[in-house]
Amino acid sequence: MTVLDGGLQPEMRDGVDRETIETVQAMAGKYKYGWQTDIEMEFAPKGLNEDIVRLISDKNGEPAWLLEWRLAAYRRWVKMEEPRWAMLNYPEIDYQDQFYYAKPKSMAGKPKSLDEVDPKLLATYAKLGIPLKEQMLLAGVEGTEEPRRVAVDAVFDSVSVGTTFKAELAKAGVIFCAISEAVREHPELVQRYLGSVVPQSDNFFATLNSTVFTDGSFVYIPAGVRCPMELSTYFRINAENTGQFERTLIVAEKGSYVSYLEGCTAPRRDTHQLHAAVVEIVILDDAEVKYSTVQNWYPGDENGVGGIYNFVTKRADCRGARAKVMWTQVETGSAITWKYPSCILRGDDSQGAFYSIAIANNAQQADTGTKMVHLGRNTKSRIVSKGISAGRAQNTYRGLVSMHPKATNSRNYTQCDSLLIGQGCGAHTVPYIEVKNNSSRVEHEATTSKVDDDQLFYCRSRGMDEEQAVALVVNGFVKDVLQTLPMEFAMEAQALVAISLEGSVG
Amino acid sequence: MPVPQAKLDALAARIAGLDFARGGWLGAARAEALARLGAMGLPTKRDEYWRYTDPADLTAPQAPRAATFAAEDEPPVFDGIDRLRVVFVDGVFDPALSDDLTLAGIEIELLSKAGQTDIHWAREVYGLLEARGQTPVQRPLAALNTAFATEGILIRATGGAAKPVSLIYLHKSENSDVILHHCIRIESGAELTVLENGPAAARFTKVMEVDIASGGRFHHIRAQGRDHERRAATHVFARLGAESLFKSFTLTANGALTRNEVVIDLLGDDGVAHIAGAAVGDGAFHHDDTVFITHAGLRCESRQVFKKVLKNGAVGVFQGKILVKPGAQKTDGYQISQSLLLDGDSQFLAKPELEIYADDVKCSHGSTSGAIDEVALFYLRARGVPEAAAKSLLVLAFLAETIAEIEDAAIAGDIRLHLQNWLERHGR
Repeated sequence: MTVLDGGLQPEMRDGVDRETIETVQAMAGKYKYGWQTDIEMEFAPKGLNEDIVRLISDKNGEPAWLLEWRLAAYRRWVKMEEPRWAMLNYPEIDYQDQFYYAKPKSMAGKPKSLDEVDPKLLATYAKLGIPLKEQMLLAGVEGTEEPRRVAVDAVFDSVSVGTTFKAELAKAGVIFCAISEAVREHPELVQRYLGSVVPQSDNFFATLNSTVFTDGSFVYIPAGVRCPMELSTYFRINAENTGQFERTLIVAEKGSYVSYLEGCTAPRRDTHQLHAAVVEIVILDDAEVKYSTVQNWYPGDENGVGGIYNFVTKRADCRGARAKVMWTQVETGSAITWKYPSCILRGDDSQGAFYSIAIANNAQQADTGTKMVHLGRNTKSRIVSKGISAGRAQNTYRGLVSMHPKATNSRNYTQCDSLLIGQGCGAHTVPYIEVKNNSSRVEHEATTSKVDDDQLFYCRSRGMDEEQAVALVVNGFVKDVLQTLPMEFAMEAQALVAISLEGSVG
Repeated sequence: MPVPQAKLDALAARIAGLDFARGGWLGAARAEALARLGAMGLPTKRDEYWRYTDPADLTAPQAPRAATFAAEDEPPVFDGIDRLRVVFVDGVFDPALSDDLTLAGIEIELLSKAGQTDIHWAREVYGLLEARGQTPVQRPLAALNTAFATEGILIRATGGAAKPVSLIYLHKSENSDVILHHCIRIESGAELTVLENGPAAARFTKVMEVDIASGGRFHHIRAQGRDHERRAATHVFARLGAESLFKSFTLTANGALTRNEVVIDLLGDDGVAHIAGAAVGDGAFHHDDTVFITHAGLRCESRQVFKKVLKNGAVGVFQGKILVKPGAQKTDGYQISQSLLLDGDSQFLAKPELEIYADDVKCSHGSTSGAIDEVALFYLRARGVPEAAAKSLLVLAFLAETIAEIEDAAIAGDIRLHLQNWLERHGR
């Protein structure tokens, strides 16, 4: 529990610490964010139709162009078929049996500052370990002389509760706010970039998102600015039968830099809940974006009852020369994960990286990977994927590396390793490799193995119990990816890896 | 899901001109294949399994015309090997060009004759292995073959075959559209080598079903003819009993379109299956290796080694899959697919898949694509090797891992020579 030690904010640390210890002690209840906040909500009627789309747009006070954009997406979506090519097995989703808009009643009059936000909401985030007060810091950092600060945008069901450090970020010219706010405050930027990386027509779930997206974050880093702190969005699904459809848009102007973190949790429920997000990142010349996710939606219980259906479209467009993007994801939650963060390497000398840990335990199913589309010259990409399957879970890596004829002198290296724990699970690898020029080099390797008996024996002979030993071996297996995460996240992720695999041994 | 009408229409057009032979055990097997085919229709390039290869020329009602080439252009492969020759000219068995079909250790017959008998061992093979190979992925061209094959060879090995059986496919007519279906049964402890070479036809649709009983050993070495315009869809379906061995090597040198599917079912424990392919393509060349290996037995080993050398717009495709079924513990699966692109126009498209449902396994795959290693080339040039010869050497070195899968040294030497000649002719 080193993650949670240290005395920076005793009141919050205490809460999380106790929670975690309890969770670890109670071996049955492995998901520590499964509680729900009892708060009065305002819902749009169930189901999806043009009126609901209009209502969402109206609630957000959107301009006419955005309503039209949503409606165009809706009209396209009703004609689309849900994709079924992934190695995922789940019953048909009734899209009319969902709420598409849920907002805490206390958020009706937009609070002017965090001090005005409903204390229940603030308590929710405190319990989750997410600092919504600017003097607070993200848990887990000990002994640093000048503690790192992280600006947070907190999204609760369909709305953003608040964003911290906005004033200080504004001094640097950085815009960090809820996307609904960006539509009002910076319409020219939103209109210019929204849908430019993930078009409305992209895929079934992206089109659905384009229709009903509510909040999510908007980030704009002006030319030459190195964002003075890490930015973070924390997504919480709370209401029952409610889908979350956030949309995140990040624009990094020439020569800028930002590191963005994303976390998510949901209460434990017996019914499945839908989450269909879109993340678009635009990166211009010499700019760099690091996007890190710790996905910890409720995974369902040991028998596969409940859990989030997570269908996410994430894409970064390296439009400028020498643009860089790095996706890091730790996928431990969700009953179903369908997610392929991608890099369009359009600018010459641009670079993309994808580091992923996907853990599926019990009845979880994950089909996740990346696409590296090399269009520019001298572009480079690197994929490191570590998949772990335990229980009866199915874990699939699915990826594309495409070298277009003009992407000369480009380079890709892919490594995807799978680890199987137990006889009932499955690990699958489905890479697509398309090379259309000869000056580029593409290398792909994949291995599948079980937890090494010798390594386990070594740990056991030094007094570890089997579960500790497996956790240690697994942490070694995923080390390459953990190292790419910002420190606070890395420690949280390491603990999460161990918790996610509890009960998988023996 | 209902079959799209377009696929059924394409099927109706394709089989309109084909004779459907009824009667006997063969007729029954054909009828079952026709029923399977009717439930699938013909493939289109929209099918995931045909993502990288457009099957249009393979499914068209008429075979696209293909010029024959002068045999003297190239010395035929395997000429120096002592073998039993079975010659087909545009798909028709030619007794005059063939050897007497008797050989110690094996029984050998023509499909057209055996199909008329009441009881035959091939009843337990013909169409059955193909039908098993239709799940989880559909292979309509194989079912079409089972339903409409006009000829084929049936070989049952009961001991060690005295020499290899060599199937030679000559191509004389520019419009020939040939469907051959072979069945091979290796009895317990028996061993057989089958050689195949020649362009066969303007369009060649071939199935070879290989049933290997416990302890049986089967070697398959194939050199696909170099007629530039020929098209071929071939399938090998193999079922392996305990402690049996299956080894297949294919050299493909040119041809407008080649799709080689290999479907292996490692059913018994401790089976071994190695599949290797070397493809060299210059110009209008589209070559597709599609392999599906199912591990069902314990401690089985499978190895896939595929290498392609491509130039002047040639396209190489590799789709390889290892499926490890629940309980198939101690599986050792290995797969490598590599391409050497000699110029900027050529393409390599690969989908190397693993699907694993057992935890105590060792499976790996690798895939690479790139140009000739400039450093290695410089090294050779610096030691006085002319550029063309140096490139040739590097290409041969690149392909060597596939040829190493051939156990018989004389046959491997012959293949290597054939490859060297190709490199000579194609100016490296």
